[in-house]
Amino acid sequence: MNLFGQVKYLVGKDIRLEWRSKYALNGMLLYVVSTVFVCYQAFKKLDPITWNVLFWIILLFASINTIARSFVHEGQGRQLYYYTLVSAQAVIISKIVYNVLLMLLLSAVAFFVYSIIFKHQLGDPLLYLVSVLLGALGFASIFTMVSAISSKATNSGTLMAILSFPVIIPLLLFLIKLSKNAMDGLDRSVSYNEVIVLVAINLITISISLLLFPYLWRD
Amino acid sequence: MRSFWWKALGTILVLYSVIAGLLGPVPVLPIVHESIRTLYYHLPMWFSMFLMYGISVVYSIKYLSSGKEEYDLMAVESINVGIVFCFFGLISGSFWASVTWGDPWPSDPKLNGSAIATLMYLAYLVLRSSLNEEQKRAKISAIYNIFAFPIMIVLMYILPKLTDSLHPASGGNGGFGQFDLDNSMRLVLYPGIIGWMLLALWMLSIRYRYRIILFQKNQ
Repeated sequence: MNLFGQVKYLVGKDIRLEWRSKYALNGMLLYVVSTVFVCYQAFKKLDPITWNVLFWIILLFASINTIARSFVHEGQGRQLYYYTLVSAQAVIISKIVYNVLLMLLLSAVAFFVYSIIFKHQLGDPLLYLVSVLLGALGFASIFTMVSAISSKATNSGTLMAILSFPVIIPLLLFLIKLSKNAMDGLDRSVSYNEVIVLVAINLITISISLLLFPYLWRD
Repeated sequence: MRSFWWKALGTILVLYSVIAGLLGPVPVLPIVHESIRTLYYHLPMWFSMFLMYGISVVYSIKYLSSGKEEYDLMAVESINVGIVFCFFGLISGSFWASVTWGDPWPSDPKLNGSAIATLMYLAYLVLRSSLNEEQKRAKISAIYNIFAFPIMIVLMYILPKLTDSLHPASGGNGGFGQFDLDNSMRLVLYPGIIGWMLLALWMLSIRYRYRIILFQKNQ
């Protein structure tokens, strides 16, 4: 099987696993909804800057919780089994693709619930959706690699947070800036710079992950 | 690396930059006044830190491609030395800021970026201590080190250049070269940078040799 076929098969396998157990998927969606509701109870009313930042903070914690388990929930034995069957690149690409899909679903649900509960007028909804899309991509690609690293250690939960927060900050800052521009309905030419930087960060992290994962995997 | 001349050169250059930095002529500027002399001690710290982190990333790559324990020891020791220089850079910077900006830690992208980068390298040390098996520790920390390095560059260099900043040489501000009209500061600054970098290398070589002796004793 070539690389593309392997990736397709592994992504299909991950989706099927998720669909069969369901508790993880439902738990994750419920996590987002209840976090938004807790914030609603605590804040009641938000000014525009807080509205934007709070959305990204909720999404950040939801995605860390979701992606942290992407390598832990499969045992060492099964990892070894994959190792004999497919190439390392196929495994990391399939995990990134799967996490991107998961994050798209998660951020769509989060955005929907969030904008229903906290009503707010968006200046440029399309650009805001682009920023959410880029955010889902970036969170998925960075957290997948960090979760692969932290899954090798003993107390991986704490380590996941320690390792990923500093790494995610540049991405988060650019996302907040881009989505703020979209919220204020500024002219799109103002935001090109941010979009380019975000795409560049995503490309860099994905290519570094592809280069480094084979070393991480060989245990 | 055991030869004598470069250590002597480093010591002489550092001594020269300390003495000439305190006694030599400096441009008379409003607000900054005599505190401009901090430049001689602030900037070399960051240069030495970048040198140390750069060495560590090179040795991490070498470790991954060869698997020799010595390379891993070199990588971790250069991060240890680099963190010391980073702390001195932060301290001298916040001393300077409290004189000129009236606040030891104003919220500025350059300052926050370097603080976050420091957190990232402290997380590297936490990651190392959470792994017990030697080879696994060396491999996983090398992978995280390579992953963190480009993000450190983005945080400390690229991000502050793109946003508004108080700090010279970022956010569209000119560097200090624009005030140094007769090149008298350069005559002190450049030898100082080279001297501190040589001093950092000396510290690194001592620590590395110490670790090698420990390593051979444990074998």
